[in-house]
Amino acid sequence: MSRKAKSKIEVALIYLFLAFMAIIIGYPLLWTVGMSLNPGTSLYSAQLIPENWSLVHYKWLFTDPSSDYLIWYKNSVIVAVANAFFSVVLTSFVAYAFSRYRFVGRKYGLYAFLLLQMFPAMMAMVAIYVMLNMVGLLDSLLGLTLIYIGGQIPFNAWLVKGYFDTIPKELDEAARIDGAGHLGVFFRIMLPLAKPILGVVALFNFMAPFVDFLLPRIILRNPENFTLALGLFNFISNQFDNNFTRFAAGSILIAVPIAIVYLFSQRFLISGLTAGGTKG
Amino acid sequence: MSTANPTAKKSHNPNTAVILSILLAGLGQLYNRRYVKGILFIIIEVSFILTLGRFLNLGLWGLTTLGTLEGTDHSVILLIYGLISLILIAFAVTLYVVNVKDAKKDALRIQKGEKPLTFREAAGNVWDKGFPYFFVTPGLIMLAFIVILPLMFTVALAFTDYSQYNQPPRALLSWVGFDNFSRLFFETGGAGNNIWQDTFISVFTWTIVWTLVATTLQIALGLFLALIVNDPRIKFKRLIRTILILPWAVPAFVTILVFAAMFNDRFGAINTDILAVFDLSIPWLQDPFYTRIALIMIQTWLGFPFVFALFTGILQSISKEWYEAADVDGANRMQKFKSITLPHVLYATAPLLIMQYAGNFNNFNIIYLFNEGGPAVRGQNAGGTDILISWVYDLTFELNQYSMAAAITIILGLIVTGFAFFQFRKTRSFKEEGNL
Repeated sequence: MSRKAKSKIEVALIYLFLAFMAIIIGYPLLWTVGMSLNPGTSLYSAQLIPENWSLVHYKWLFTDPSSDYLIWYKNSVIVAVANAFFSVVLTSFVAYAFSRYRFVGRKYGLYAFLLLQMFPAMMAMVAIYVMLNMVGLLDSLLGLTLIYIGGQIPFNAWLVKGYFDTIPKELDEAARIDGAGHLGVFFRIMLPLAKPILGVVALFNFMAPFVDFLLPRIILRNPENFTLALGLFNFISNQFDNNFTRFAAGSILIAVPIAIVYLFSQRFLISGLTAGGTKG
Repeated sequence: MSTANPTAKKSHNPNTAVILSILLAGLGQLYNRRYVKGILFIIIEVSFILTLGRFLNLGLWGLTTLGTLEGTDHSVILLIYGLISLILIAFAVTLYVVNVKDAKKDALRIQKGEKPLTFREAAGNVWDKGFPYFFVTPGLIMLAFIVILPLMFTVALAFTDYSQYNQPPRALLSWVGFDNFSRLFFETGGAGNNIWQDTFISVFTWTIVWTLVATTLQIALGLFLALIVNDPRIKFKRLIRTILILPWAVPAFVTILVFAAMFNDRFGAINTDILAVFDLSIPWLQDPFYTRIALIMIQTWLGFPFVFALFTGILQSISKEWYEAADVDGANRMQKFKSITLPHVLYATAPLLIMQYAGNFNNFNIIYLFNEGGPAVRGQNAGGTDILISWVYDLTFELNQYSMAAAITIILGLIVTGFAFFQFRKTRSFKEEGNL
């Protein structure tokens, strides 16, 4: 066989494999779309391509008086915005101190962050539950947001500190000669130059409340306080086959915007993670 | 030099300053004639004792006894008070040490006759030296109460007898030493009595298998796809990459629940649409073996895109010259892959890959959402696909075996620490940090 023919076969095999991957990736996603268009509520009778498709579930989510979907959307957005904003502020403070200053406890602090970021929040669930109960923040969005903000510090401080380290110290020194103080360097040099990584942190923390269901499940009780993930989970956790189609519709409405954001920002997210995560 | 200094005061004794400031924070500063600072220290110390003294007392008492009056004392709340007291005391001790060191430093300066700082200079000095602490403090406080205190609580819980039948406020807890751990490892009381040991062994082995197999598969698939898509003969790269990254972009809890429905034994699409063609029906959710297979396949589906995207970025950054040099040497494709591509890729991404393993080790979401750790298995109190973390969740929130759950959490934490240690060594800057 000539070299050219061999190469052609190889390329064909690659395309074949990629097509296979595309089917494996696409099938569950399209299946969900198909389910959401089924007029019935049961999984038994649902078809991948429904004969008489309808948007009845989407309509239900938005207009039915017993639907809390819009409240959940609102709750998620509130938590997401607060989480993104305060996380960026807190972590950039911490990261600045760790990146630019040498102080007692710095090295142990770094070790502690690296260790703590690996501990999943699950490990401390009982305590978080009891403590929120003690201070009366159980079943409240404020309590949920506080836990998110505190819990993200180790991972993101590490990420941002890694990025700050790549900003040349000469810039700080030049700014100091021009009369900038500690805060001046922070606000005029570090923050503007670290925009990419701060964007990554903001985006991750904005997304977290939309996709996390464990913490809300433990903290929130009243359906009026639910976030989207928890609310959707409850559509199917109680009566599995009854509301799956409705769950599918509700999921698509959050999965599509999130997927679009991720697809547009993936390069930026990944490069942020590699820069901060490996050099960190 | 100091002897020649005319303003030197030999009579000013640093040791006196140290002793005074140990007796009461601030006294040493007063002796050094740093009145403002001294008074500040005294005010802080006195108000600390006045406002928190009773709380600390209660907390420490609660921590040692866990309460004495059944029905009145709430052991769990006392335990938390106790731990908060410990954190506050740690802060106080730090401040105290700062106070003593500061008194000594100032006293030495006076003895040597250096010009005392004016208040302005001193304040500026505090701002400069203290700046990193000011900046870290808000984060540190959040961290102390939201991450560290809960972890301490979990550790403490593992040494108590908090269970379904022994719950505050009805009953009091007590410290039981390592009883929970020995139950977990050694309890062999004959037929049916060693349920903890059996469950622990089977959950632990599955956790390890799960972590290794699922993570390695997702990394291997991600690497393979990154390599073939990076091939110069392949067109439509942007489109292909977008499709391949989709599973990462869709929220995982949605896809896991969708898969759970698709794998449903009776009416899931896998059995009714795909396997029906071959006249097959696999009990995906009833047989632990098939549930495990399904979980590994789903995790591979969910996990490869991130690795793929990561590797694609690295592959594009490897200089072409390496390959050209290898071509000159007559290296074949396998050799080039092994000696150029793989080392580059792994070196650049090692910490993130370790994170992938750690992430799957604690991948609660997929285990719980897919089949709640099920199916149930005879003779053990965890489901057939429960990993350590989902077992902890069940023990805590379903079976209310709080202390046993906490004991398992500690074991889990130790393993995670092992991952972290590995991570330290792979993270480049820690080698640099070492020289500081």
